[in-house]
Amino acid sequence: MNSEILTVTILVGILASGIRLATPYLYAAIGEAFGQRSGVLNLGVEGQMLLGAFFAFYVTATTGNPWLGLLAAIAVGAAMGLAMAFVTINLQAEQGISGIGFYLFGLGMSTLLFQMTMGTVETVSGFSPVHIPVLSDIPILGKVFFSQNILVYVAYLLVPIAAFVLKKTNIGLKIRAVGENPEAADSLGVSVSTVRYITVTMGGILSGIAGASLSIALLNVFQQNMTSGMGFIAVALVYFGGWRPLGILLGALLFSMVNSLQLWMQVLGVPIPSDIAVMLPYILTIVALVLTVQRVRAPSALTKPFEREG
Amino acid sequence: MSMKTWLSKIDFSQLVDALLPVFATFAALALGAVMLLVLGANPIRAYGALVEGAFGSGNAIAETAVKAVPLLLVALGICIAFRANVINIGGEGQMILGAIFATVIGLSLPNWPGWVVIPLAILAGFIGGGLWGAIPGALKAYFGVNEILTTIMMNAIAVQIMNFLLRGPMIDPAQAELASKIPQTAALEAAFRLPRWAPTRLHLGALIAVILAFLVYILLFRTVLGYRIRAVGQNPDASRYGGIRVRRQIVIALLLSGAFCGLAGAIQVYGLNYRMITDGSATGFTASAGFNGIVAALFGQLHPLGAIPASFFFGSLLVGANKLQRVMQVPSSFILALNGLVVIFVVSSELWRRRRQRKRRIEATSKAENEPPLVPESEVTS
Repeated sequence: MNSEILTVTILVGILASGIRLATPYLYAAIGEAFGQRSGVLNLGVEGQMLLGAFFAFYVTATTGNPWLGLLAAIAVGAAMGLAMAFVTINLQAEQGISGIGFYLFGLGMSTLLFQMTMGTVETVSGFSPVHIPVLSDIPILGKVFFSQNILVYVAYLLVPIAAFVLKKTNIGLKIRAVGENPEAADSLGVSVSTVRYITVTMGGILSGIAGASLSIALLNVFQQNMTSGMGFIAVALVYFGGWRPLGILLGALLFSMVNSLQLWMQVLGVPIPSDIAVMLPYILTIVALVLTVQRVRAPSALTKPFEREG
Repeated sequence: MSMKTWLSKIDFSQLVDALLPVFATFAALALGAVMLLVLGANPIRAYGALVEGAFGSGNAIAETAVKAVPLLLVALGICIAFRANVINIGGEGQMILGAIFATVIGLSLPNWPGWVVIPLAILAGFIGGGLWGAIPGALKAYFGVNEILTTIMMNAIAVQIMNFLLRGPMIDPAQAELASKIPQTAALEAAFRLPRWAPTRLHLGALIAVILAFLVYILLFRTVLGYRIRAVGQNPDASRYGGIRVRRQIVIALLLSGAFCGLAGAIQVYGLNYRMITDGSATGFTASAGFNGIVAALFGQLHPLGAIPASFFFGSLLVGANKLQRVMQVPSSFILALNGLVVIFVVSSELWRRRRQRKRRIEATSKAENEPPLVPESEVTS
């Protein structure tokens, strides 16, 4: 009897933290998917997340209001997104390498600002769990699904919204057209650069929120390089999910469940060295990339700058 | 030859092209100055401290060279990969694997003479890094998996392997006894240390790296293999028609690229620390050289010889950063952010090079159309 209760508790724990841990991946990967569907590969996600995480944390710590923190993350994400858009669209820079530049900038800048403004690790009171009435009282499942914080709910809401926008709306059609055949879209009067500016800036905003979800909702601390590769995994998830929001959701859940399992194994003292366990999600990413790469075709104009002839 | 004709021989538009990354870097430094102002530091004093820290004394210059060694070796690897149009972001992981392989050699052959062990260890570093580069290379060539993502994942995996080994099976027996448990291996035999130019820390690795830069230049521009690698980078379809096995060149390029990064890791162990040591963080062993080497390679225009001054320049930034931290209380992470800006600016500046090249091409074709064919210009004018 006792061991049964223990098993259920552990399973609920793994599920609940898996659902929570998917949050930053969802924001970042859905933002990245919009950029890639329009033909822009943004490899600076990790840097944008780190700056979003820092500004959200700093503003929340100084004002005591996590909503202002979230706003700060959105603003810095938008600024980084605009800069990325300018460099890749107007200056037609190689997207992969300039993205690494933005990553290094975000990594250095967030560390620098943290060291100069705060210095020591401290916690902040960020978004607290919102218990949805009635639903959260359902035994077991209520705790898993309906006692999370607001940023977790929004992340999951974002999946159907993003799918709807991409598939059924006018702007979604333009995004896909610009990513598949920019010349044709241009000849039909669609401004390639405007569409790409919108998607890349939105990607920056969502990456900023992804960072904020770490620093003021899930962990409530800031540490240098706290994302430790999550932004790059988010980019990989876009490939894994076949550039579709639903596929990204599945990938994000798979990853965060593996991560959650790995964390719980350490908590429960399963005799696997923690360094080896931490490795699992990265190995899984590579395996997932190999398995999915030939199944779905990337947007035709991905990483190709657009310039009118003549 | 008189001065005037000598001057007219210089192709100024090519000179501007060659200096483009320098202009771009100055633009990045200017933006960095604005950042310093916003952070409340006087940018002139800050850059002054940087220069003094890097070049203020003989020892400072030696330290700059010491920092430049891993950057140069990584940059050489990056040159090879990027020339094949393969983007290797895995220098960090490849350095780690190279260092692990080299350290294992040194620790398992303690009684062998140094002149045997050192070359063996360097070779092991070459193999370890090469292996770590060949895996994403094969995945790209034969499965079409994006190498940027796999090399980044391989970095994370390498860090965990290193942490596991240095905290577990390979930990220094002395540290295993202590509560601190610093993740480091036992020290190598004194006979295995690369010679130093006393009293500085400048070691033989610097000479090795410069010699290798010339060898990579010969490899890329004077051998069939180098020609193939560059052909694949410029036009894979044409290369395939020309009978080059494109997939194989991609694997070779990433293998060689990783091998040079692995060498950088091995030389850090045998020239500088005499053991493998980290602080548990992702960049604890490499000090980000795997990333900064990319910056140096881009700054050197992906040319092996251009990488030599480029690495020295970025080495000076790293050494100067310590002074910046001491004198101005600006954390050294400023340099990381600055390097990010340099990458963005240098890559963006390529636009002007492409525009000028196109303009030159158009001019050349219109010129050719206006003149009778096959008659040299000199005969027409005289």
